Amino acid sequence: MRGKPATRTLLYGLAGIVALALLWEGYKAIGPEAGFSLGQVPLLPRTSDLAMPHVWTMAERLFLPATALPGSPALWVPVLEAARFSLRIAAAGWVLGVLLSALLALVMLRFRLARAAILPWVVLSQTVPLIAIAPLVRRWGAQIQLGEFSWENWMSVAVIATYLAFFPVTVGTLRGLSSPQQSHLDLMRSFGAGWWRTLVSLRLPASVPFVLPALRLAAASAVIGTVVAEVSIGLRGGIGRLIVEYASATGGDPGKPWAPIFGAVAVGLVAAGVVALIGRLLMRFRRGEDSP
Amino acid sequence: MIDASEAVRARNLTRVFSDESGGEVVALGGVDFVLAPGEFVSLIGPSGCGKSTLMRLIADLDEPSGGSLTVFGKSASEARLAGDYGIAFQQAGLLPWRTVRANVELPLEIHGVDRASRRERVAELIEMIGLSEFADHFPDQLSGGMQQRVAIARSLSEQPRLLLMDEPFGALDEMTRERMQNELARIRRETGAAVVFVTHSIPEAVFLSDRVVVMSQRPGRIIDELRIDLGPGADGAGEIREDGAFFRALTAVRESFHGSPNAHSPGSE
Repeated sequence: MRGKPATRTLLYGLAGIVALALLWEGYKAIGPEAGFSLGQVPLLPRTSDLAMPHVWTMAERLFLPATALPGSPALWVPVLEAARFSLRIAAAGWVLGVLLSALLALVMLRFRLARAAILPWVVLSQTVPLIAIAPLVRRWGAQIQLGEFSWENWMSVAVIATYLAFFPVTVGTLRGLSSPQQSHLDLMRSFGAGWWRTLVSLRLPASVPFVLPALRLAAASAVIGTVVAEVSIGLRGGIGRLIVEYASATGGDPGKPWAPIFGAVAVGLVAAGVVALIGRLLMRFRRGEDSP
Repeated sequence: MIDASEAVRARNLTRVFSDESGGEVVALGGVDFVLAPGEFVSLIGPSGCGKSTLMRLIADLDEPSGGSLTVFGKSASEARLAGDYGIAFQQAGLLPWRTVRANVELPLEIHGVDRASRRERVAELIEMIGLSEFADHFPDQLSGGMQQRVAIARSLSEQPRLLLMDEPFGALDEMTRERMQNELARIRRETGAAVVFVTHSIPEAVFLSDRVVVMSQRPGRIIDELRIDLGPGADGAGEIREDGAFFRALTAVRESFHGSPNAHSPGSE
């Protein structure tokens, strides 16, 4: 896939969106209006305009006023505002998660004992459901008061984004840092390089192909964590809150609840884009990724 | 008495590995080995005879279980930290994200040599291996032979008085291999470094060496040493391979091999 023109990538992306829209409209056209259930088990979703509004209804809704109040801006304006709000929290969570992961991975690399002690907890941490820890984080945060600094709710959300983001990066970084072959390690030793020097000249550059996919995964997790935590903590201003708010509008306005979902997609795309950009900058360390 | 005029001196050197079941594997069973400055010695023997182990001990990449070892009169670890030797393995082991130039430069960088002298030295080395046009290429843009040449240039970057080479041409095809051997003979003449050269190939050992050390299957021991004298005019040019003296030396090493107590074991040369 080397040297694939960017326009082609873009076209494939657009084709994917079109295919999804066609699938949606196709099912809506042929599926049963009231859905289909076998006994109590619903097998096919309903296709009514309420449950599955037309793609164009959803798109059109973005450009109509958000509320019935006079002077209300188009719906995309508050959605974009909320997307920016959530993106910033997700970014904060992501950065914090990446820093924490780097630290954990380094400690585990340096100390065999730490690896045995920490790694199981890292894995275990991901089995605790988000819904369970969100209120806890909020409660703990509320007790923090250091002089001028007081804990705010958005920080709780960022911490939860961190919690979801750090796992793939910790595992990926540890694998990447451990990836150099023995012969390369021998070589560094023969040059008289110490642990830090070997880290900087060999382990860090070698870890890039492992860390990049982890960063992408972490970006997606941070966005999901942010949206879900906004809901469970009850933080206003972000996409999560907007999804809940607009969901109640379904009745007479079936297009509206989809707007913040598009907003969440946009946040995810921007996050993925930023990671792709980082990958671009680190291109030199990815040599051979494509070679046979 | 430690004699600093010797490049390497090993006395009764042993290396015992313990395997998973708690048993012991004697990789090196008491080896006496002396390398004079500027001397080219090949270690030759079947797989598992401990020739690589001996080289790794000299390089301080591994620690002996017993015996004594000095490199230029110092401990192996002092010699390593002082950059007294250069090393090359079967795998070129170039860092894929560094250009040819930056790969050759790495040992100098680690030892804190200033940028200007680094530049100069690296340009010289790349010239010597004949890859000046490729200085800014990355390893994945080079053939296996070219990569190995870069690895050799890298091992020479600190002008070491000792070169350690573990089957450096083992992964190359026969044609490239012979060319690389000629090149190594020339480089060695130019630098005057002592060389410990680990190989499987008898002709390679005979062609390059002043002395061939034959080792036995586990526990690794030195069973024979043959001085190779290809006579005057033996300046490492390719024609030597067709010389009568070359064939006589070849035969001598072969006989030494097959005369060994382990000659009947399957898989030996």
